[in-house]
Amino acid sequence: MDGPIVNAPLRPDVGAQTGNIADEAIKAEARALSFYYGSGVQALKQVNLSLAENKVTALIGPSGCGKSTLLRCFNRMHDLYPGNRYDGEIVIHPDGVNVLGPKVDPIEMRMRMSMVFQKPNPFPKSIYENVAYGLRVRGVRRTGVIDEQVERALTDAALWGEVKDRLQDQAYNLSGGQQQRLCIARALAVEPEILLFDEPTSALDPIATASIEELIAELRNRVTILIVTHNMQQAARVSDYTAFMYLGELVEFGNADDFFTNPKQKRTEDYITGRYG
Amino acid sequence: MPGSRDEFTQHFSSQFNQELENLRSRVLAMGSVVEQQIADAVTALETRNETLARTVIGGDLHVNALEIYLDEECGRILARRQPAAGDLRLVFAVIKTVTDIERIGDSAKSVARMAIKMSEANPQRDVPQLKHLGELVREMVHKALGAFSGMDVNAALEVERADIEADLEYQAIMRHLTTQMTKDPASINWALHLVWAARALERAGDHAKNISEYLIYMVQGKDVRHVSIEDRERQVQSRSSRDPEAPKV
Repeated sequence: MDGPIVNAPLRPDVGAQTGNIADEAIKAEARALSFYYGSGVQALKQVNLSLAENKVTALIGPSGCGKSTLLRCFNRMHDLYPGNRYDGEIVIHPDGVNVLGPKVDPIEMRMRMSMVFQKPNPFPKSIYENVAYGLRVRGVRRTGVIDEQVERALTDAALWGEVKDRLQDQAYNLSGGQQQRLCIARALAVEPEILLFDEPTSALDPIATASIEELIAELRNRVTILIVTHNMQQAARVSDYTAFMYLGELVEFGNADDFFTNPKQKRTEDYITGRYG
Repeated sequence: MPGSRDEFTQHFSSQFNQELENLRSRVLAMGSVVEQQIADAVTALETRNETLARTVIGGDLHVNALEIYLDEECGRILARRQPAAGDLRLVFAVIKTVTDIERIGDSAKSVARMAIKMSEANPQRDVPQLKHLGELVREMVHKALGAFSGMDVNAALEVERADIEADLEYQAIMRHLTTQMTKDPASINWALHLVWAARALERAGDHAKNISEYLIYMVQGKDVRHVSIEDRERQVQSRSSRDPEAPKV
Protein backbone atom coordinates (compact mmCIF):
# COMPACT_ATOMS: atom_id res chain seq x y z
CA MET A 1 0.00 0.00 0.00
CA ASP A 2 3.01 2.29 0.26
CA GLY A 3 3.87 4.65 -2.54
CA PRO A 4 1.98 7.42 -4.27
CA ILE A 5 -1.64 6.98 -5.24
CA VAL A 6 -2.18 7.62 -8.90
CA ASN A 7 -5.24 9.69 -9.62
CA ALA A 8 -7.12 8.05 -12.43
CA PRO A 9 -9.79 10.04 -14.27
CA LEU A 10 -13.25 9.55 -12.80
CA ARG A 11 -14.71 8.57 -16.13
CA PRO A 12 -12.53 6.29 -18.23
CA ASP A 13 -11.81 7.48 -21.73
CA VAL A 14 -13.90 5.10 -23.80
CA GLY A 15 -14.42 7.42 -26.72
CA ALA A 16 -17.05 10.07 -27.13
CA GLN A 17 -20.27 8.92 -25.51
CA THR A 18 -22.25 12.04 -25.97
CA GLY A 19 -21.88 14.79 -28.49
CA ASN A 20 -22.05 18.49 -28.09
CA ILE A 21 -23.57 20.40 -30.97
CA ALA A 22 -21.05 23.20 -30.42
CA ASP A 23 -18.25 20.78 -31.36
CA GLU A 24 -19.92 19.50 -34.51
CA ALA A 25 -19.56 20.57 -38.12
CA ILE A 26 -22.96 21.94 -39.08
CA LYS A 27 -24.48 20.73 -42.33
CA ALA A 28 -27.66 22.82 -42.32
CA GLU A 29 -29.46 25.16 -40.01
CA ALA A 30 -32.90 26.67 -39.73
CA ARG A 31 -32.68 30.27 -38.58
CA ALA A 32 -35.72 31.99 -37.09
CA LEU A 33 -37.86 29.87 -39.37
CA SER A 34 -41.58 30.49 -39.38
CA PHE A 35 -44.02 28.85 -41.72
CA TYR A 36 -47.60 29.73 -42.63
CA TYR A 37 -49.99 27.48 -44.49
CA GLY A 38 -52.19 29.00 -47.21
CA SER A 39 -55.09 29.05 -44.73
CA GLY A 40 -53.11 31.52 -42.63
CA VAL A 41 -52.32 29.03 -39.90
CA GLN A 42 -48.84 29.55 -38.50
CA ALA A 43 -47.31 26.08 -38.18
CA LEU A 44 -43.74 27.04 -37.19
CA LYS A 45 -42.72 29.85 -34.88
CA GLN A 46 -39.18 31.18 -35.06
CA VAL A 47 -37.53 27.79 -35.10
CA ASN A 48 -33.75 27.57 -34.82
CA LEU A 49 -32.27 24.14 -35.44
CA SER A 50 -28.79 22.98 -36.44
CA LEU A 51 -28.16 19.66 -38.16
CA ALA A 52 -24.77 18.21 -37.28
CA GLU A 53 -22.95 16.84 -40.32
CA ASN A 54 -23.12 13.06 -40.72
CA LYS A 55 -25.22 12.68 -37.61
CA VAL A 56 -28.82 11.70 -37.04
CA THR A 57 -31.15 14.37 -35.70
CA ALA A 58 -34.63 13.28 -34.63
CA LEU A 59 -37.69 15.50 -34.34
CA ILE A 60 -40.32 14.37 -31.87
CA GLY A 61 -43.52 15.89 -30.57
CA PRO A 62 -47.25 15.31 -30.46
CA SER A 63 -49.39 15.32 -33.60
CA GLY A 64 -49.74 18.76 -35.09
CA CYS A 65 -46.64 20.16 -33.36
CA GLY A 66 -45.02 21.08 -36.67
CA LYS A 67 -42.30 18.47 -36.90
CA SER A 68 -43.29 17.19 -40.36
CA THR A 69 -43.88 20.77 -41.48
CA LEU A 70 -40.33 21.61 -40.42
CA LEU A 71 -38.90 18.55 -42.19
CA ARG A 72 -40.69 19.49 -45.39
CA CYS A 73 -39.33 23.03 -45.31
CA PHE A 74 -35.85 21.62 -45.81
CA ASN A 75 -36.53 20.39 -49.33
CA ARG A 76 -39.29 22.89 -50.05
CA MET A 77 -42.05 20.37 -50.32
CA HIS A 78 -44.49 23.09 -49.26
CA ASP A 79 -43.88 24.89 -52.57
CA LEU A 80 -46.11 22.29 -54.21
CA TYR A 81 -49.19 23.91 -52.66
CA PRO A 82 -50.17 27.53 -53.33
CA GLY A 83 -50.35 30.13 -50.59
CA ASN A 84 -47.80 28.61 -48.26
CA ARG A 85 -45.28 31.08 -46.94
CA TYR A 86 -41.86 30.83 -45.32
CA ASP A 87 -40.20 33.36 -43.09
CA GLY A 88 -36.59 33.12 -41.92
CA GLU A 89 -34.05 30.92 -43.63
CA ILE A 90 -32.60 27.46 -43.93
CA VAL A 91 -28.91 27.60 -44.72
CA ILE A 92 -27.09 24.62 -46.14
CA HIS A 93 -23.34 24.34 -45.71
CA PRO A 94 -20.60 24.51 -46.84
CA ASP A 95 -21.83 26.81 -49.61
CA GLY A 96 -24.09 28.82 -47.30
CA VAL A 97 -27.04 28.81 -49.68
CA ASN A 98 -30.42 29.79 -48.24
CA VAL A 99 -32.66 26.94 -49.34
CA LEU A 100 -35.69 29.21 -49.10
CA GLY A 101 -34.15 31.96 -51.23
CA PRO A 102 -36.25 33.04 -54.24
CA LYS A 103 -33.54 32.24 -56.77
CA VAL A 104 -32.92 28.73 -55.50
CA ASP A 105 -34.26 25.92 -57.69
CA PRO A 106 -36.39 23.60 -55.48
CA ILE A 107 -35.69 20.65 -57.79
CA GLU A 108 -31.96 21.10 -57.25
CA MET A 109 -32.54 21.32 -53.50
CA ARG A 110 -34.53 18.06 -53.56
CA MET A 111 -31.56 16.39 -55.23
CA ARG A 112 -29.35 17.57 -52.39
CA MET A 113 -31.92 16.61 -49.76
CA SER A 114 -33.73 13.39 -50.57
CA MET A 115 -36.85 12.42 -48.73
CA VAL A 116 -38.26 9.08 -47.60
CA PHE A 117 -41.93 9.05 -46.66
CA GLN A 118 -44.13 7.32 -44.12
CA LYS A 119 -45.48 4.73 -46.51
CA PRO A 120 -43.22 3.13 -49.09
CA ASN A 121 -44.06 4.83 -52.40
CA PRO A 122 -42.07 3.13 -55.15
CA PHE A 123 -42.86 4.11 -58.73
CA PRO A 124 -44.89 1.59 -60.76
CA LYS A 125 -41.70 0.51 -62.44
CA SER A 126 -39.06 -2.17 -62.06
CA ILE A 127 -36.76 -2.27 -59.06
CA TYR A 128 -33.90 -1.14 -61.27
CA GLU A 129 -35.83 1.75 -62.82
CA ASN A 130 -36.94 3.01 -59.42
CA VAL A 131 -33.34 3.51 -58.37
CA ALA A 132 -32.17 4.72 -61.78
CA TYR A 133 -34.95 7.31 -62.00
CA GLY A 134 -33.24 10.11 -60.15
CA LEU A 135 -30.06 9.58 -62.13
CA ARG A 136 -31.92 9.82 -65.40
CA VAL A 137 -33.60 13.04 -64.18
CA ARG A 138 -30.11 14.31 -63.51
CA GLY A 139 -29.20 13.60 -67.10
CA VAL A 140 -27.01 10.54 -66.57
CA ARG A 141 -27.27 8.50 -69.76
CA ARG A 142 -24.40 6.00 -69.75
CA THR A 143 -25.74 2.56 -68.88
CA GLY A 144 -22.52 1.49 -67.21
CA VAL A 145 -22.60 4.46 -64.85
CA ILE A 146 -26.27 3.92 -64.03
CA ASP A 147 -25.71 0.17 -63.42
CA GLU A 148 -22.89 0.97 -61.05
CA GLN A 149 -24.84 3.62 -59.16
CA VAL A 150 -27.92 1.40 -58.89
CA GLU A 151 -25.86 -1.42 -57.43
CA ARG A 152 -24.13 0.93 -54.99
CA ALA A 153 -27.40 2.52 -53.84
CA LEU A 154 -29.09 -0.86 -53.40
CA THR A 155 -26.06 -2.12 -51.49
CA ASP A 156 -26.04 0.96 -49.29
CA ALA A 157 -29.74 0.43 -48.63
CA ALA A 158 -29.01 -3.19 -47.60
CA LEU A 159 -31.24 -4.49 -50.38
CA TRP A 160 -28.81 -5.62 -53.08
CA GLY A 161 -28.45 -9.18 -51.81
CA GLU A 162 -32.20 -9.67 -51.86
CA VAL A 163 -32.94 -8.20 -55.30
CA LYS A 164 -29.83 -8.59 -57.42
CA ASP A 165 -31.32 -11.50 -59.35
CA ARG A 166 -34.65 -9.83 -59.95
CA LEU A 167 -33.86 -6.25 -60.79
CA GLN A 168 -36.45 -6.16 -63.57
CA ASP A 169 -39.27 -7.32 -61.29
CA GLN A 170 -41.96 -4.83 -60.44
CA ALA A 171 -41.15 -2.87 -57.27
CA TYR A 172 -44.65 -3.64 -55.97
CA ASN A 173 -43.70 -7.32 -55.71
CA LEU A 174 -41.38 -6.52 -52.83
CA SER A 175 -42.49 -6.69 -49.19
CA GLY A 176 -43.29 -3.47 -47.32
CA GLY A 177 -39.90 -3.34 -45.62
CA GLN A 178 -38.11 -4.05 -48.88
CA GLN A 179 -40.14 -1.36 -50.67
CA GLN A 180 -39.10 1.14 -48.01
CA ARG A 181 -35.45 0.17 -48.41
CA LEU A 182 -35.95 0.54 -52.18
CA CYS A 183 -37.21 4.07 -51.55
CA ILE A 184 -34.10 4.71 -49.46
CA ALA A 185 -31.94 3.32 -52.30
CA ARG A 186 -33.78 5.62 -54.71
CA ALA A 187 -33.04 8.54 -52.39
CA LEU A 188 -29.39 7.51 -52.03
CA ALA A 189 -28.79 7.04 -55.76
CA VAL A 190 -28.53 10.77 -56.38
CA GLU A 191 -25.95 11.01 -53.57
CA PRO A 192 -27.82 13.51 -51.42
CA GLU A 193 -26.11 15.53 -48.73
CA ILE A 194 -29.06 15.22 -46.37
CA LEU A 195 -31.61 12.43 -46.04
CA LEU A 196 -35.01 13.46 -44.72
CA PHE A 197 -37.10 10.69 -43.17
CA ASP A 198 -40.77 11.36 -42.43
CA GLU A 199 -41.84 8.58 -40.05
CA PRO A 200 -40.15 5.98 -42.25
CA THR A 201 -41.17 2.92 -40.25
CA SER A 202 -44.68 3.72 -39.08
CA ALA A 203 -46.18 1.41 -41.72
CA LEU A 204 -43.70 -1.42 -41.13
CA ASP A 205 -43.61 -4.45 -38.86
CA PRO A 206 -40.98 -4.71 -36.07
CA ILE A 207 -38.49 -6.73 -38.13
CA ALA A 208 -38.67 -4.36 -41.11
CA THR A 209 -38.47 -1.44 -38.66
CA ALA A 210 -35.33 -2.90 -37.12
CA SER A 211 -33.72 -3.28 -40.54
CA ILE A 212 -34.47 0.37 -41.42
CA GLU A 213 -33.05 1.51 -38.07
CA GLU A 214 -29.96 -0.62 -38.68
CA LEU A 215 -29.64 1.01 -42.07
CA ILE A 216 -29.93 4.50 -40.58
CA ALA A 217 -27.14 3.58 -38.15
CA GLU A 218 -24.93 2.53 -41.08
CA LEU A 219 -25.73 5.58 -43.20
CA ARG A 220 -25.10 8.08 -40.43
CA ASN A 221 -21.38 8.25 -41.09
CA ARG A 222 -21.86 9.17 -44.71
CA VAL A 223 -24.87 11.43 -44.83
CA THR A 224 -26.63 13.89 -42.57
CA ILE A 225 -30.01 12.56 -41.49
CA LEU A 226 -33.09 14.33 -40.19
CA ILE A 227 -35.87 12.01 -39.06
CA VAL A 228 -39.38 12.71 -37.86
CA THR A 229 -40.80 9.96 -35.72
CA HIS A 230 -43.79 9.36 -33.48
CA ASN A 231 -41.94 6.52 -31.85
CA MET A 232 -39.93 7.91 -28.97
CA GLN A 233 -37.97 4.72 -28.46
CA GLN A 234 -36.99 4.89 -32.10
CA ALA A 235 -35.74 8.44 -31.66
CA ALA A 236 -33.81 7.28 -28.59
CA ARG A 237 -32.31 4.36 -30.52
CA VAL A 238 -31.28 6.04 -33.74
CA SER A 239 -30.59 9.69 -33.04
CA ASP A 240 -27.43 11.51 -32.04
CA TYR A 241 -29.37 14.70 -31.40
CA THR A 242 -33.04 15.04 -30.58
CA ALA A 243 -35.39 17.99 -30.75
CA PHE A 244 -38.79 18.25 -29.10
CA MET A 245 -41.41 20.41 -30.77
CA TYR A 246 -44.70 21.62 -29.40
CA LEU A 247 -47.26 23.97 -30.95
CA GLY A 248 -44.87 25.03 -33.69
CA GLU A 249 -42.04 25.86 -31.32
CA LEU A 250 -38.81 24.04 -30.76
CA VAL A 251 -38.93 23.45 -27.02
CA GLU A 252 -35.68 21.60 -26.45
CA PHE A 253 -32.73 20.37 -28.46
CA GLY A 254 -29.87 18.30 -27.13
CA ASN A 255 -27.76 15.22 -27.50
CA ALA A 256 -29.92 12.12 -27.31
CA ASP A 257 -28.25 10.64 -24.22
CA ASP A 258 -29.05 13.68 -22.09
CA PHE A 259 -32.37 14.25 -23.80
CA PHE A 260 -33.80 10.87 -22.83
CA THR A 261 -32.30 10.57 -19.36
CA ASN A 262 -32.31 14.12 -18.05
CA PRO A 263 -34.14 16.64 -20.24
CA LYS A 264 -33.85 20.25 -19.20
CA GLN A 265 -37.36 21.43 -19.94
CA LYS A 266 -40.34 20.28 -17.95
CA ARG A 267 -42.47 20.10 -21.09
CA THR A 268 -39.97 17.71 -22.68
CA GLU A 269 -39.94 15.57 -19.54
CA ASP A 270 -43.74 15.45 -19.48
CA TYR A 271 -43.91 14.44 -23.11
CA ILE A 272 -41.27 11.74 -23.13
CA THR A 273 -42.53 10.18 -19.91
CA GLY A 274 -46.12 10.31 -21.12
CA ARG A 275 -47.53 12.71 -18.56
CA TYR A 276 -50.54 14.93 -18.69
CA GLY A 277 -50.17 18.61 -18.08
CA MET B 1 -39.91 13.38 -13.48
CA PRO B 2 -39.94 12.58 -9.79
CA GLY B 3 -39.53 16.21 -8.79
CA SER B 4 -42.40 15.95 -6.39
CA ARG B 5 -44.79 13.22 -5.38
CA ASP B 6 -47.82 14.91 -6.94
CA GLU B 7 -46.43 14.51 -10.41
CA PHE B 8 -46.86 10.78 -10.21
CA THR B 9 -50.60 11.19 -10.30
CA GLN B 10 -50.39 12.86 -13.69
CA HIS B 11 -49.01 10.00 -15.71
CA PHE B 12 -50.74 9.31 -18.99
CA SER B 13 -51.12 5.66 -18.07
CA SER B 14 -52.62 5.24 -14.61
CA GLN B 15 -51.45 1.62 -14.65
CA PHE B 16 -47.84 2.72 -15.19
CA ASN B 17 -48.31 5.36 -12.55
CA GLN B 18 -49.41 2.69 -10.11
CA GLU B 19 -46.46 0.50 -10.98
CA LEU B 20 -44.01 3.32 -10.24
CA GLU B 21 -45.79 4.16 -6.98
CA ASN B 22 -45.68 0.50 -6.05
CA LEU B 23 -41.92 0.44 -6.62
CA ARG B 24 -41.45 3.40 -4.32
CA SER B 25 -43.66 2.08 -1.56
CA ARG B 26 -42.04 -1.36 -1.64
CA VAL B 27 -38.58 0.20 -1.41
CA LEU B 28 -39.73 2.14 1.63
CA ALA B 29 -41.27 -0.99 3.16
CA MET B 30 -38.05 -2.89 2.61
CA GLY B 31 -36.09 0.01 4.07
CA SER B 32 -38.21 0.16 7.19
CA VAL B 33 -37.59 -3.54 7.79
CA VAL B 34 -33.80 -3.12 7.72
CA GLU B 35 -33.98 0.04 9.81
CA GLN B 36 -35.74 -1.98 12.50
CA GLN B 37 -33.20 -4.79 12.05
CA ILE B 38 -30.31 -2.42 12.73
CA ALA B 39 -32.01 -1.09 15.88
CA ASP B 40 -32.86 -4.61 17.09
CA ALA B 41 -29.39 -5.98 16.36
CA VAL B 42 -27.73 -3.23 18.42
CA THR B 43 -30.21 -3.76 21.25
CA ALA B 44 -29.59 -7.51 21.12
CA LEU B 45 -25.86 -6.86 21.38
CA GLU B 46 -26.20 -4.41 24.26
CA THR B 47 -28.69 -6.48 26.23
CA ARG B 48 -27.38 -9.97 25.37
CA ASN B 49 -30.80 -10.77 24.02
CA GLU B 50 -30.23 -13.89 21.99
CA THR B 51 -33.88 -14.29 21.05
CA LEU B 52 -34.00 -10.79 19.56
CA ALA B 53 -30.74 -11.50 17.69
CA ARG B 54 -32.28 -14.63 16.17
CA THR B 55 -35.33 -12.62 15.12
CA VAL B 56 -33.04 -10.20 13.28
CA ILE B 57 -31.33 -13.09 11.48
CA GLY B 58 -34.70 -14.62 10.57
CA GLY B 59 -35.95 -11.27 9.23
CA ASP B 60 -33.29 -11.37 6.55
CA LEU B 61 -35.43 -13.82 4.57
CA HIS B 62 -38.14 -11.18 4.29
CA VAL B 63 -35.60 -8.61 3.09
CA ASN B 64 -34.19 -11.03 0.52
CA ALA B 65 -37.67 -11.78 -0.78
CA LEU B 66 -38.37 -8.05 -1.19
CA GLU B 67 -35.07 -7.62 -3.00
CA ILE B 68 -35.96 -10.31 -5.51
CA TYR B 69 -39.48 -8.95 -5.94
CA LEU B 70 -38.24 -5.40 -6.58
CA ASP B 71 -35.55 -6.52 -9.01
CA GLU B 72 -38.12 -8.49 -10.97
CA GLU B 73 -40.54 -5.60 -10.92
CA CYS B 74 -37.89 -3.19 -12.21
CA GLY B 75 -36.98 -5.64 -14.98
CA ARG B 76 -40.62 -5.97 -15.91
CA ILE B 77 -41.12 -2.18 -16.06
CA LEU B 78 -37.99 -1.74 -18.18
CA ALA B 79 -39.13 -4.43 -20.61
CA ARG B 80 -42.76 -3.45 -20.85
CA ARG B 81 -42.82 0.31 -20.34
CA GLN B 82 -39.43 1.47 -21.63
CA PRO B 83 -39.36 4.34 -19.15
CA ALA B 84 -37.54 7.56 -20.06
CA ALA B 85 -36.10 10.55 -18.23
CA GLY B 86 -37.33 10.81 -14.61
CA ASP B 87 -39.12 7.46 -14.76
CA LEU B 88 -35.97 5.79 -16.05
CA ARG B 89 -33.90 7.39 -13.31
CA LEU B 90 -36.43 6.21 -10.73
CA VAL B 91 -36.22 2.60 -11.90
CA PHE B 92 -32.44 2.82 -12.14
CA ALA B 93 -32.18 4.30 -8.64
CA VAL B 94 -34.50 1.63 -7.24
CA ILE B 95 -32.38 -1.16 -8.72
CA LYS B 96 -29.30 0.32 -7.04
CA THR B 97 -31.04 1.24 -3.79
CA VAL B 98 -32.47 -2.23 -3.29
CA THR B 99 -28.97 -3.74 -3.35
CA ASP B 100 -27.77 -1.34 -0.67
CA ILE B 101 -30.85 -1.89 1.50
CA GLU B 102 -30.29 -5.62 1.30
CA ARG B 103 -26.69 -5.14 2.40
CA ILE B 104 -27.81 -3.02 5.34
CA GLY B 105 -29.92 -6.04 6.28
CA ASP B 106 -26.82 -8.24 5.94
CA SER B 107 -24.93 -5.87 8.24
CA ALA B 108 -27.72 -6.11 10.84
CA LYS B 109 -27.48 -9.88 10.54
CA SER B 110 -23.72 -9.74 11.15
CA VAL B 111 -24.22 -7.65 14.29
CA ALA B 112 -26.90 -10.08 15.47
CA ARG B 113 -24.54 -13.02 14.88
CA MET B 114 -21.87 -11.31 16.97
CA ALA B 115 -24.46 -10.70 19.71
CA ILE B 116 -25.18 -14.44 19.82
CA LYS B 117 -21.48 -15.38 19.82
CA MET B 118 -20.67 -12.92 22.58
CA SER B 119 -23.60 -14.03 24.62
CA GLU B 120 -22.51 -17.68 24.29
CA ALA B 121 -18.80 -17.04 24.84
CA ASN B 122 -18.77 -14.70 27.77
CA PRO B 123 -22.16 -13.57 28.96
CA GLN B 124 -20.78 -11.71 31.97
CA ARG B 125 -18.42 -9.39 30.23
CA ASP B 126 -19.42 -5.75 29.74
CA VAL B 127 -20.15 -4.58 26.22
CA PRO B 128 -18.66 -1.21 25.34
CA GLN B 129 -20.90 1.37 23.83
CA LEU B 130 -21.82 0.46 20.28
CA LYS B 131 -25.17 1.99 21.00
CA HIS B 132 -24.19 5.45 19.81
CA LEU B 133 -22.79 4.17 16.51
CA GLY B 134 -25.85 1.97 16.14
CA GLU B 135 -28.16 4.92 16.71
CA LEU B 136 -26.21 7.10 14.27
CA VAL B 137 -26.44 4.46 11.57
CA ARG B 138 -30.12 3.73 12.21
CA GLU B 139 -30.78 7.47 11.95
CA MET B 140 -28.85 7.60 8.65
CA VAL B 141 -30.94 4.77 7.23
CA HIS B 142 -34.10 6.47 8.45
CA LYS B 143 -33.10 9.78 6.90
CA ALA B 144 -32.05 8.20 3.60
CA LEU B 145 -35.45 6.52 3.35
CA GLY B 146 -37.19 9.75 4.31
CA ALA B 147 -35.25 11.55 1.60
CA PHE B 148 -36.30 8.84 -0.87
CA SER B 149 -39.90 9.15 0.20
CA GLY B 150 -40.02 12.94 -0.05
CA MET B 151 -37.60 13.34 -2.98
CA ASP B 152 -35.62 15.57 -0.67
CA VAL B 153 -32.06 16.22 -1.85
CA ASN B 154 -31.25 18.31 1.22
CA ALA B 155 -32.13 15.42 3.52
CA ALA B 156 -29.90 13.26 1.30
CA LEU B 157 -27.02 15.67 1.88
CA GLU B 158 -27.58 15.42 5.64
CA VAL B 159 -27.09 11.66 5.39
CA GLU B 160 -23.77 12.28 3.71
CA ARG B 161 -22.69 14.60 6.50
CA ALA B 162 -23.87 12.11 9.15
CA ASP B 163 -21.63 9.48 7.55
CA ILE B 164 -18.58 11.52 8.54
CA GLU B 165 -19.76 11.46 12.15
CA ALA B 166 -20.40 7.71 11.99
CA ASP B 167 -16.89 7.14 10.60
CA LEU B 168 -15.37 9.14 13.47
CA GLU B 169 -17.38 7.16 16.00
CA TYR B 170 -16.24 3.92 14.37
CA GLN B 171 -12.63 5.02 14.58
CA ALA B 172 -13.05 5.91 18.27
CA ILE B 173 -14.48 2.43 18.95
CA MET B 174 -11.55 0.85 17.09
CA ARG B 175 -9.06 2.83 19.17
CA HIS B 176 -10.82 1.82 22.36
CA LEU B 177 -10.87 -1.85 21.39
CA THR B 178 -7.22 -1.82 20.30
CA THR B 179 -6.22 -0.40 23.67
CA GLN B 180 -8.37 -3.00 25.38
CA MET B 181 -6.73 -5.85 23.46
CA THR B 182 -3.25 -4.50 24.19
CA LYS B 183 -3.95 -4.19 27.89
CA ASP B 184 -5.76 -7.50 28.24
CA PRO B 185 -4.82 -10.18 25.68
CA ALA B 186 -7.45 -12.46 27.16
CA SER B 187 -10.08 -10.10 25.79
CA ILE B 188 -8.93 -10.43 22.17
CA ASN B 189 -11.53 -12.95 21.13
CA TRP B 190 -14.29 -10.93 22.74
CA ALA B 191 -13.00 -7.66 21.29
CA LEU B 192 -12.74 -9.11 17.79
CA HIS B 193 -16.46 -9.85 17.87
CA LEU B 194 -17.05 -6.22 18.67
CA VAL B 195 -14.67 -5.15 15.90
CA TRP B 196 -16.78 -7.14 13.45
CA ALA B 197 -20.01 -5.70 14.81
CA ALA B 198 -18.71 -2.12 14.67
CA ARG B 199 -17.39 -2.73 11.18
CA ALA B 200 -20.78 -4.04 10.06
CA LEU B 201 -22.51 -0.96 11.46
CA GLU B 202 -20.04 1.35 9.75
CA ARG B 203 -20.67 -0.44 6.45
CA ALA B 204 -24.43 -0.08 6.94
CA GLY B 205 -23.85 3.69 7.24
CA ASP B 206 -21.94 3.63 3.95
CA HIS B 207 -24.88 1.90 2.29
CA ALA B 208 -27.26 4.56 3.64
CA LYS B 209 -24.94 7.15 2.12
CA ASN B 210 -25.06 5.33 -1.22
CA ILE B 211 -28.86 5.40 -1.12
CA SER B 212 -28.81 9.15 -0.63
CA GLU B 213 -26.50 9.48 -3.66
CA TYR B 214 -28.95 7.50 -5.82
CA LEU B 215 -31.72 9.75 -4.58
CA ILE B 216 -29.84 12.83 -5.77
CA TYR B 217 -29.37 11.17 -9.16
CA MET B 218 -33.03 10.27 -9.27
CA VAL B 219 -34.26 13.77 -8.49
CA GLN B 220 -31.69 15.93 -10.24
CA GLY B 221 -30.10 13.61 -12.78
CA LYS B 222 -26.67 14.38 -11.31
CA ASP B 223 -24.23 11.61 -10.53
CA VAL B 224 -22.57 12.68 -7.30
CA ARG B 225 -20.73 9.47 -6.47
CA HIS B 226 -17.00 9.52 -5.84
CA VAL B 227 -16.67 13.26 -5.38
CA SER B 228 -15.81 15.22 -2.26
CA ILE B 229 -18.66 16.28 -0.04
CA GLU B 230 -17.98 19.93 -0.86
CA ASP B 231 -18.24 19.27 -4.60
CA ARG B 232 -21.33 17.22 -4.02
CA GLU B 233 -23.07 19.99 -2.10
CA ARG B 234 -22.04 22.52 -4.71
CA GLN B 235 -23.43 20.37 -7.52
CA VAL B 236 -26.67 19.67 -5.74
CA GLN B 237 -27.30 23.21 -4.69
CA SER B 238 -26.33 24.80 -7.98
CA ARG B 239 -29.45 26.10 -9.65
CA SER B 240 -31.38 23.33 -11.34
CA SER B 241 -30.88 23.42 -15.08
CA ARG B 242 -34.55 22.65 -15.57
CA ASP B 243 -36.79 25.56 -16.45
CA PRO B 244 -39.34 25.61 -13.61
CA GLU B 245 -41.50 28.20 -15.30
CA ALA B 246 -42.01 26.34 -18.52
CA PRO B 247 -45.68 25.61 -18.97
CA LYS B 248 -46.67 21.98 -19.16
CA VAL B 249 -47.59 20.23 -22.36
